[in-house]
Amino acid sequence: MNSLVLIAVLRSTLRQSTPITLGALSGLFCERVGVINIAIEGMMLTAAYMGYMTNVWTGNLILAVIVAVLSGGLMALLHAWLSIHFKVDQIISGTVINILAVGLTGYFYQPGTVTKGKLQSVAVPVLTDIPIIGDVFFDNGPLTYAAVVLVFAVNIILFRTRWGLRMRAVGEHPRAADTLGINVFAMRYINVVIGGMLAGLGGAYLTLEAVGSFERLMTNGRGFISLAAMIFGKWTPFGGWAAALLFGAANAVQTQIQFSGDVTIPHQFIGMLPYVLTVIVLAGFVGRARPPAAIGRPYETE
Amino acid sequence: MHRLTNIFAGRVGAGAIARTVMIPLLAVFTAIVVGSVFMLLNDYDPLAAYGGLLDGALGSKRAIARTILNSVPFVFGGLSVAFAFKGGLFNIGGEGQLFMGAVAAAWVGVAGAGLPSWLHIFISLLAGFVAGAIWGGIPGTLKAFTGAHEVITTIMFNFIGIVFAGWLVSKGGQGQKPGPLVDPDPLNIVPRTADIAESARLPLLEWGREPMHLGIVLAIVAAIVIWWLVWKTPFGFGLRMVGLNPSAARYAGVNVAGNTILTMAIAGGLAGLAGTVETLGRNYYFAPNFNVGYGFDSIAIALLGRNHPVGVVLSALLFGVMDAGSTRMQLRAHVPSEIIKVVQALILAFVAANEIIRYIYRIRREREEAAVPLSAGWGKR
Amino acid sequence: MNAQTGELALQAKGITKRFPGVLANDNVDLTLRRGEILALLGENGAGKSTLMNVVYGLYRPDEGEVFVKGRRVRLENPRDAIALGIGMVHQHFQLVPVMTVAENVILGAEVTRAGGILDQRAAAKSVGELSRQYGLEVDPTATVGELPVGTQQRVEIIKALYRHADVLILDEPTAVLTPQEAQELFRIMRDLAEQGVSIIFITHKLKEVLAVADRIMVMRAGQMVGETTPEQSTEQSLASMMVGREVLLRVEKQPASPGEPVLQVEQLVAFDERHHRVVDGVSFEVRAGEVLGIAGVQGNGQTELVEVLTGLRPAAGGGFQIDGKAFRKPTPRQVTGAGAAHIPENRQRYGMVLPYTVAENMVLNRYYRAPFTRTLVLDHRAIKSHAAALVQEFDVRTPSLDTPGGNLSGGNQQKMVVAREIGRPVRLLIAAQPTRGLDVGSIEFIHRRIVEQRDAGVAVLLVSAELDEIRLLADRIAVMYKGRILATVSAQAATREQLGLLMAGIKDKSESAGESDDADRALAAL
Repeated sequence: MNSLVLIAVLRSTLRQSTPITLGALSGLFCERVGVINIAIEGMMLTAAYMGYMTNVWTGNLILAVIVAVLSGGLMALLHAWLSIHFKVDQIISGTVINILAVGLTGYFYQPGTVTKGKLQSVAVPVLTDIPIIGDVFFDNGPLTYAAVVLVFAVNIILFRTRWGLRMRAVGEHPRAADTLGINVFAMRYINVVIGGMLAGLGGAYLTLEAVGSFERLMTNGRGFISLAAMIFGKWTPFGGWAAALLFGAANAVQTQIQFSGDVTIPHQFIGMLPYVLTVIVLAGFVGRARPPAAIGRPYETE
Repeated sequence: MHRLTNIFAGRVGAGAIARTVMIPLLAVFTAIVVGSVFMLLNDYDPLAAYGGLLDGALGSKRAIARTILNSVPFVFGGLSVAFAFKGGLFNIGGEGQLFMGAVAAAWVGVAGAGLPSWLHIFISLLAGFVAGAIWGGIPGTLKAFTGAHEVITTIMFNFIGIVFAGWLVSKGGQGQKPGPLVDPDPLNIVPRTADIAESARLPLLEWGREPMHLGIVLAIVAAIVIWWLVWKTPFGFGLRMVGLNPSAARYAGVNVAGNTILTMAIAGGLAGLAGTVETLGRNYYFAPNFNVGYGFDSIAIALLGRNHPVGVVLSALLFGVMDAGSTRMQLRAHVPSEIIKVVQALILAFVAANEIIRYIYRIRREREEAAVPLSAGWGKR
Repeated sequence: MNAQTGELALQAKGITKRFPGVLANDNVDLTLRRGEILALLGENGAGKSTLMNVVYGLYRPDEGEVFVKGRRVRLENPRDAIALGIGMVHQHFQLVPVMTVAENVILGAEVTRAGGILDQRAAAKSVGELSRQYGLEVDPTATVGELPVGTQQRVEIIKALYRHADVLILDEPTAVLTPQEAQELFRIMRDLAEQGVSIIFITHKLKEVLAVADRIMVMRAGQMVGETTPEQSTEQSLASMMVGREVLLRVEKQPASPGEPVLQVEQLVAFDERHHRVVDGVSFEVRAGEVLGIAGVQGNGQTELVEVLTGLRPAAGGGFQIDGKAFRKPTPRQVTGAGAAHIPENRQRYGMVLPYTVAENMVLNRYYRAPFTRTLVLDHRAIKSHAAALVQEFDVRTPSLDTPGGNLSGGNQQKMVVAREIGRPVRLLIAAQPTRGLDVGSIEFIHRRIVEQRDAGVAVLLVSAELDEIRLLADRIAVMYKGRILATVSAQAATREQLGLLMAGIKDKSESAGESDDADRALAAL
């Protein structure tokens, strides 16, 4: 493989991994406080749509990103309301969000709308001149940078701050947190919504940075893959990021193989790669790492 | 759920039946109202839309036939989800299982030409069931032995199944070989299988001049078999025990791992049959372009039917009505037919989170129902 | 109220708290003076925990007032209680196992630097200071889940002191301790009281009340039924107050006449989920017509031992025989088929399916056999008539056979499980914590049934964390410590102190456990 191809694959890896990284962080915020989030897919899809439409209407990309993030948060608020307030089974609640997102974006989608541009790559001065590394890491879109920064930020929040300590306590042993005067419901609500906003950022990446336009069902399972990445990453930000990069690499290699054209394996089989990888990861690693102890259980004040 | 069983045994009065169906009916009603609001937002006339819907679905013998035909795969799909649910498993993989069932049935339907019709139909049905069962059984096996949660694996198997079925009938080109099941006729430019043999086609029933195949009978038989299996047999006793309390099931000697695999396989087989009857009764070939969102519809139907076979059949008919009438609705009121997806999503939201309905209509909570904890095995072996 | 004046630390007046269908507290008054140890005595379900949860702000009372240091206060949540200097050590520890001691202590009252960043060093330092001041030895950097229960309890106490608690509520604190650890706790309690901390000590154990309390208040059925002091009372008088009638503190039973061995366990080894060797070469036998009691502090491998013997956990080494039939990794059905019955230690988790009807729960492990299943179909009529007979015989109070098992009271749920397990001919009864959380009436009933089984020639293996229960029922007692049987002694000869030492792993004053493997094995093989 020559260096141009290598750079292309590495760049593609980082970019393909961005929505998955953000999705994994989204799952992390929810699951660390004890709420299963299989609705990342729906939150991403809604945000992708809302971000895109805002861009179409206003042409203001920053506003579009903000709207996308907020709409992800809004879907998460619904998830929180159902699963925390009404104590609906968290998996059912997540499924409701996913189906609602498909229905709503499908109905309101207007075919034929034209995009008003997308977020452009920003080269970091000096650093971008480093051979290979510069091209791969320091010439990306703003949301790609944001995802990486967020990985570090979330790691600090989760393990070094008061907020993170309380998050972990609520996810592991909500009653213990409650008896110490920590408001379990508020912690869960807020963090689930933060999680939704992160998924929203992932959705914004799809329509506002990567593709530039919206298609029905365009998330294509990324939300679920994110969740697998989070589990593979043992519910930690860096672990989730590493797993997301792995999935990104699978996608990048797949694209590369399809383009190169001289491979006899049917392209459909290569296209299955991320999905098969997800299954393998889940089958091989679930149970090795321990999820937050209170995951999936609504909190009951006796 | 026991209440429903009791209803069938004639042990419970009309009041109990009313309480059982009240929430689903209010959920449907509320979803229709909210759907109207969405139509009004886009300046459509909801009355004209729903009028067109009903007319298109039930306005003529022909329309009713179409509605019933549409309902058939929904019955199988709803049964699939409901059955898995009883065993504590959430089958979101209906779509992949349906594709596998449909393509397997098409394969046998083409390859088995020359067999006597009854045998050909039987093995075609069996092939569809088995293909779906494998597609459900793999996630079941992974769950049983590695703890990989079926919610994610069945969704992944949807993607894998759809792509795989697509490859089987792909046309090839650009250095790629055509798929093994593609129609060899070069005049046929779409990726699909050849037509199945006459002998594999489901017999048509007498219904005026409309083609109405045996599928609806098969669907109702399946509903009865599932009801019998779940509530009348020791297998069902153990299955429900695994769903309600897997620890107690282990204590009581139920083979929980085996049960999980078998439950997912049967659920997958049922969804596979949905694809099978579409191939054998309606399309007479397989092309990988139908029933988007089928897995999610099945979930809505199962929950709307309160995971009981009778409820599932009724809910499937409702979804059949919506699908059959949506074209007329679009013609008459110019509402995009996707609004139906929104209404269906809302129905699911309201039945799944029936607390919302109770909240809106101020219905007091009855005695806590037996809830199957789906979230229990999350991330655990 | 006592006329003697001490400064009041805490006072509750006319507390009433209702739950659906239950009047948990009925116009209850309570006073606590500064620096005293008040024992709050009552049966399970008498309303002690409800009252304490009211005082701690976890429940809001329907009626009544709470005064702290003479001032009337409103307690909306635990934060209010903590701010007023009330600390509570719950029966089930409220500790996050994966976090360190320091993290657990500071949680909710964190020391932070700018930006909400935790100051771990300051936290560890103040934890260290507290543990020195009150003689509560603990390592601030240790992970809580890896500490022994006694130490975890100290962490709980430090947690309260860190929040400047001067009223400390201890809810059933000795349930998980050995008698020696309990003595150590009592020393800590007295130290704390001397330094001005007022303590409410909730318990149903009469001996402990007499040993440590300055004053005793007794609750029964949601009401405060009396107040006394250790000097004025005996175990018998306290028991009568607690239960409301004369209580037999023992079960009538004849000496055992053991027959042939039914259960023979040989060098059994098992691992837990974390791959720890929790059953480490255990050997014993239980003969027909005798009760072998397995004593030990919870978490010393008893649970896993029972799981292996009942087919819920594979043995990693060794094996066992029931009536001469050898097993190593049996399924639960094989064990049941060999004539074993199992009363599981957690009835709601293992022993029953809450939404299943009483009739269904009664056939939970036999539904697939005749007469309950005939040619692949369940025979509901046979299931019901079977249940009807058992409900009658075992006095299970249920509105009907179609009532979900989960709707029964705890005592009746346990009777249902017991009925299912011994309402059929069995050779071996494995009973794990058979009376946990039950009222005295149900306890007496179940104890009588167990002795009846013994007298009918059944071999009984009784596992219990309650030393008194073991001493009451068992003919021989095996003490389990760290996965091994340290010694097997005759129930009549064994003293409480001797058993307590064994439960703490001390076999002989000169040597500690684990140092004499061979001797252990020799003893265990007796």
